[in-house]
Amino acid sequence: MTQIVDATSESKRGRRSDGPLLEVRDLSVTFTRRGEQPFTAVDGVSFDVSPGQTVGLVGESGCGKSVTSLAIMGLLPHRGNRIEGEVLFEGTDLLKLGDREMNDRRGREVGMIFQDPLSSLNPVIPLGVQVAEVLERHKGMSRKSALVVGQEMIEKVGIPDPTRRLKDYPHQLSGGMRQRVLIAIALACEPRLLIADEPTTALDVTIQAQILALLSELVEGSGTALIMITHDLGVVAGLCDEVNVLYGGRIVERAERHALFARPHHPYTNGLLASIPSLESARGDRLTPIPGSVADNLPWTGSCAFAPRCFNAIPICRQTTPELVEDRGRSLRCHNPVGMDE
Amino acid sequence: MPTNPFSSFGDRKKRRIDDLAATAGDAERQPADDAKVGAAATGSAQHAGNGGTQGPTVEDAGAIAGGAGQSLLASAWERLRRDKVFLVGAGITLVFVLLALFAPLIAPHDPTKGLLLNQVRQMTNPVPGAQPGFPLGGDTVGRDLLSRLIVGSRQTLIVGVFATLGGLAGGLTLGTLAGALGGWVDSFVMRAVDVMLSIPSLLLAISIAALAPEPSQITLIIAIAVVQVPIFARLLRGSLLAQRSSDHVLAARALGVRPVSIIFRHMLPNALGPVIVQATLVLATSIIDAAALSFLGLGNPDDRQPEWGAMLGTAQQYLGDYPHLAVFPALCIIVVALGFTLMGESLREALDPKSRR
Repeated sequence: MTQIVDATSESKRGRRSDGPLLEVRDLSVTFTRRGEQPFTAVDGVSFDVSPGQTVGLVGESGCGKSVTSLAIMGLLPHRGNRIEGEVLFEGTDLLKLGDREMNDRRGREVGMIFQDPLSSLNPVIPLGVQVAEVLERHKGMSRKSALVVGQEMIEKVGIPDPTRRLKDYPHQLSGGMRQRVLIAIALACEPRLLIADEPTTALDVTIQAQILALLSELVEGSGTALIMITHDLGVVAGLCDEVNVLYGGRIVERAERHALFARPHHPYTNGLLASIPSLESARGDRLTPIPGSVADNLPWTGSCAFAPRCFNAIPICRQTTPELVEDRGRSLRCHNPVGMDE
Repeated sequence: MPTNPFSSFGDRKKRRIDDLAATAGDAERQPADDAKVGAAATGSAQHAGNGGTQGPTVEDAGAIAGGAGQSLLASAWERLRRDKVFLVGAGITLVFVLLALFAPLIAPHDPTKGLLLNQVRQMTNPVPGAQPGFPLGGDTVGRDLLSRLIVGSRQTLIVGVFATLGGLAGGLTLGTLAGALGGWVDSFVMRAVDVMLSIPSLLLAISIAALAPEPSQITLIIAIAVVQVPIFARLLRGSLLAQRSSDHVLAARALGVRPVSIIFRHMLPNALGPVIVQATLVLATSIIDAAALSFLGLGNPDDRQPEWGAMLGTAQQYLGDYPHLAVFPALCIIVVALGFTLMGESLREALDPKSRR
């Protein structure tokens, strides 16, 4: 994979990057509770993220997006979870690192932004201290110099009057401002990979656009790789270079952004795109939802999990597991894809 | 209703504690402001800083009252200011504290001197009556009753405050261990706490006080403090557990913040709210327990330091003929305990998001 994206970001940041920054290989997460049927939330997910690239993980609630991100960050509790596969960050398997080593990398090499800015900040600590904390932790700065850098960061994410804001508490800020602060904190140590877990879900639409613009600006400016986790295809359309569509814990379709939007092959992707309300549709037109819910899923073993909800299902869908097949730069897991005739 | 009165007693205690702990995780802003109250109360240096910078919001509260962005502390203060129950409780508490602080200046006579001893007749007149300069008369050895009542507030306050602080310290330690470490430490600590909670508190206090070779003020404080430890421990553990699964703790972990900092900077300050509220309520029970133990002769044996419970104890023999000897110290105990309880309950209500209108 010799990418143009790579070359540009390399020159921008001057980092060696002859391969992907993060390689997720066959990542599986199984929740095991005593006396309960084990539940596989993430099932053999593989994808790459290169420096400067933005990769989207898309799917509805319960498809395993957030669990994937928590597994990459090493934030899933050890008890009750079986995590398999590899998460190679520059060749080091993050899953094999000890708690302490992983803790040293979190925030410094890999940052994360959570979906609810209202509750992701500590309510009893002034914002400045929260920004400074991560710098003190990873860069060994004193509180004083950390606060100076923290102020620069807060200014960089577009918060007016940063000197005053540093002394403010989270509840004194609006949701959008708080998300900006969270971005500032996550980027304070210039991590090379940033995972954004639905960063705009809790915000209203105008603020969403601002936050997305800010994220893409910061990411492009520094060559940071970004994993964007979302259920909002609008976010994907605006930001992601490559999109992975997840269903039932597995990747069902992977494509470059434009290709995916122009011609979705998987009936699920197709359904997701069709369910977006459009300005062109006539008034009174009904939305086209995907029928059923995740609860209707079949197990992936011996069938396609999406088959019961699929408008394009054929008998084989309920008999054999579809494999993820790569073809001309995009991957697809479907027996009977749509829009293949060109 | 459970038939065994003791088991129901322990269960009720546990349920009450757990309900209170649950308020910590409820509202997103609530714990913050609780902790600030805590900061103000404990006066710890770091948090006092927070409380200090936060101060203006409390004053600003009037301006933004009812606004959507109003912090819980501000709105709690707004409600407390108009809450008659709180004002009465706080008033009683204030009077009592001032009384204890300035007791020697306020008391008309020296409470240790038998000024009316010459009027005491063992058979005919054991208790000198009221007379000019001695509005409540004297006690059995001719000491001024009013002065003894006033100075007695000191003992009560000392025992109440130190027993509560001791219980708080022990409870915070155990609760933090259990709530922060989890696993077998948690199970071990919490089972021990449950055992202690299952014993009626006064019985437990008596047993502990009786262990000491000779009763003194210190053993009294220790006995009462130990009884309060499980309450605080269970309460803190409950609210720490709520914190552990909170978003901001996950966010802190995602930043690689060290586990120790997560516990002490991110979890504990947010979990302290209900503990602080409980402490004001425990002050009242400590005072009552202290009086009860002194009454039973397990308190400070030094008769020169008046104590309401001990006064009540000596008044027993004369209850039929001279009930006022018992009535006045009893009234003092009741009023002070009521003051702390009213204050604590209204504080709890004001800070509990569930009870907001």
